[in-house]
Amino acid sequence: MNMLVGRLGPWIGGAIVLIALPYVFSSGFALTLMSQIGLLIVFALAYNMLLGQGGMLSFGHAVYFGLAGYFTIHYLNFIYEEEVPYIPVTLIPLLGGLVGLFFGILIGYVSTRRAGTTFAMISLGFGEMVTALTLVLVAIFNGEDGIQTDRVIGEELFGVTYGPNIEVYYLIAGWCLLCTLAMFLLTRTPFGRISNAVRDNAERVEFIGYSSQRIRWLAFSLSSFFAGIAGALHAVNIEHVGFEQVSVLQSGLVLFMVYIGGTGSFVGPIIGATLLYFLQSTLTGVTEAWVLYLGVMFVAVIMFFPGGLAGLITMHQPIWRVHSRLLAPLLIPYARFFAALVASVLGCIGLIEMLYFRSSRLSTETELIIFGIESDPFSAVPWVVFTGIAVAGGFAVRKTLPSAVSAWNTAIADARALPRG
Amino acid sequence: MESFIFAMFNGVLYGMLLFLLASGLTLIFSMMGVLNFAHASFFMLGAYFAYQISEGLNFWAALIVAPVIVGLVGAGIERWGLRPVHRYGHVAELLFTFGVAYVIEELVQMIWGRVPVPYEIPDVMAGALFTWQGFDYSIYRVFMLVVSVAIFVALFALLTYTRIGLIIRAAVSDPIHVATLGHDIPRIFMWTFGFGCALAGVAGVVGGNVLGTEPAMAIQLGPIVFVVIVIGGLGSLGGALVAALLIGIVTRLAIFYDYGVGSLILALGLEIDTAGMLRDFTRITTAQVAPVLPYLMLVLMLIFKPRGLFGTRDV
Repeated sequence: MNMLVGRLGPWIGGAIVLIALPYVFSSGFALTLMSQIGLLIVFALAYNMLLGQGGMLSFGHAVYFGLAGYFTIHYLNFIYEEEVPYIPVTLIPLLGGLVGLFFGILIGYVSTRRAGTTFAMISLGFGEMVTALTLVLVAIFNGEDGIQTDRVIGEELFGVTYGPNIEVYYLIAGWCLLCTLAMFLLTRTPFGRISNAVRDNAERVEFIGYSSQRIRWLAFSLSSFFAGIAGALHAVNIEHVGFEQVSVLQSGLVLFMVYIGGTGSFVGPIIGATLLYFLQSTLTGVTEAWVLYLGVMFVAVIMFFPGGLAGLITMHQPIWRVHSRLLAPLLIPYARFFAALVASVLGCIGLIEMLYFRSSRLSTETELIIFGIESDPFSAVPWVVFTGIAVAGGFAVRKTLPSAVSAWNTAIADARALPRG
Repeated sequence: MESFIFAMFNGVLYGMLLFLLASGLTLIFSMMGVLNFAHASFFMLGAYFAYQISEGLNFWAALIVAPVIVGLVGAGIERWGLRPVHRYGHVAELLFTFGVAYVIEELVQMIWGRVPVPYEIPDVMAGALFTWQGFDYSIYRVFMLVVSVAIFVALFALLTYTRIGLIIRAAVSDPIHVATLGHDIPRIFMWTFGFGCALAGVAGVVGGNVLGTEPAMAIQLGPIVFVVIVIGGLGSLGGALVAALLIGIVTRLAIFYDYGVGSLILALGLEIDTAGMLRDFTRITTAQVAPVLPYLMLVLMLIFKPRGLFGTRDV
């Protein structure tokens, strides 16, 4: 009984959170944001089937996301013109998934013959090729403008029309939960395990009688299927798909989400997609430097904690599994380190914002407000202040990091010394 | 015929520019196993530095100083960025350079703005060298060709006839043995990385004023340089040269001779579908598919001959 609760608990909890969220954040902006995060979670998890679980780094996974999106838009328009059989919007994402699967099987056959750097190169090649084709085949992709549709094609069960955003939110939330569950269960199947084995050592997998190439192909196809579902959900949510959705930019974004979130654990991509999309949609209006912060964040994760945010959490799992009071001595060193880090980051942000303000010749704004304080980037005072904060913060980071690390070391040693319980 | 020669000349020129980029990239790859995603970003830095220096001093100073600065920046990134990541494996290194490409593009926008900067051809070389059969051959384009050929020859001589070249070639084929002979491999890696970036910087100095110096220039050229070194065969300088010329000439000819699929269909005596969803397939012209051609060649090459034209090992 206890085990059952332990296993089902997170899923039931997740479902309750998904149902309750619109009651807490009910504004239109929040609804669209949450819908978009939901479908990006599906996309990120699909991507991590490749990167985290299969060891395949792709620079072109948006191809399956985007092509499914284009197909969905066309299909909805065709339903409207009564040229194709009617499919309720509730089930349209499945169609998108099949489109993703189709292209995944097709392109995957070619690209999964090799892993590692070759695979990355081929994925980039296909990504660039499809992006270039969207600008050539105007009747299908409509160039830079993209194509649009109206998702209200008829009344479905219980009077759902998918006109209001709240109905689309629940559609996406439902598919998100379903896909997450499906992808989680996939990791527990023999296929999921052997996919991990191919990632770790393809040669040994060959020796026990599997074709590592076929495993990669299967993983690639399944991942494209889920990416297709996400693409169709995007098409339904935004009612527009353009070449940005298949481009390398979108592929890069999902890579950032998954890697910053953490490729090593199942929840990593969920954390990454939620955090990055939330930051992106709130910060792009406030700062010009969002992409710079994103890139710096990504580089910092690779250099200093390659496990990503989820890796930082799982680092402490062995400690609180033994006893949660073992975490108490960590609090003060962590708080010190975190305060120093925040100070240095804030200082750097101030400097970057002022530099951007000075260089952007097209800027129409006349004053720069950083953290609610009006700063004049053409006088010396803010430069001195922010440089001071950044440098002092940097020194503090170097000073507090060793004690934070040694606190963790002590805690983990204590946890190992104690019996479980 | 004259126009063919003109198109060929442009193709060779573009190809040599690609080679300048690809030579550094393939040198870095064959030695360190790192596919430097940010390579075209160093090309961009070269162009921007050259712009800044030629504003203050002149073009000739830029031609010397800008690549040196780019090389130092590259060596610094290798020393303090890439080297710590090395222990996480090649995929992490590739991801690191991917992140660096983003950061460099944004930093360039932060310093020089989002619009192109007016980096222009020096006045001395603005005119035409000679006019032949109605086509102007500008001095600057001939100069570009001379610079890139000179660098190719110098690079070849450096690698073949000098002691440094010997060590580099040895480190490419077997870094561990070279290390046991007492050479500091991390330092060789750092300077090779810096040197490769400096070559990209040279390409930026001489190409930036023709191709346009703007923040998007790295992302436009970057993937094509990958295509060049994969088609040529990773680690092969000669292969990179052949592949760069091939891609340069093919894409320029495709733009120059703008043949369409439609004319082919008509020539076969078939009818053209002008209304359906697939109508664009009959309207495709070679100029339109020119940007796709390198990637098509890449995919075909990786399927049929993954070692590339002159490669000695798999990617």
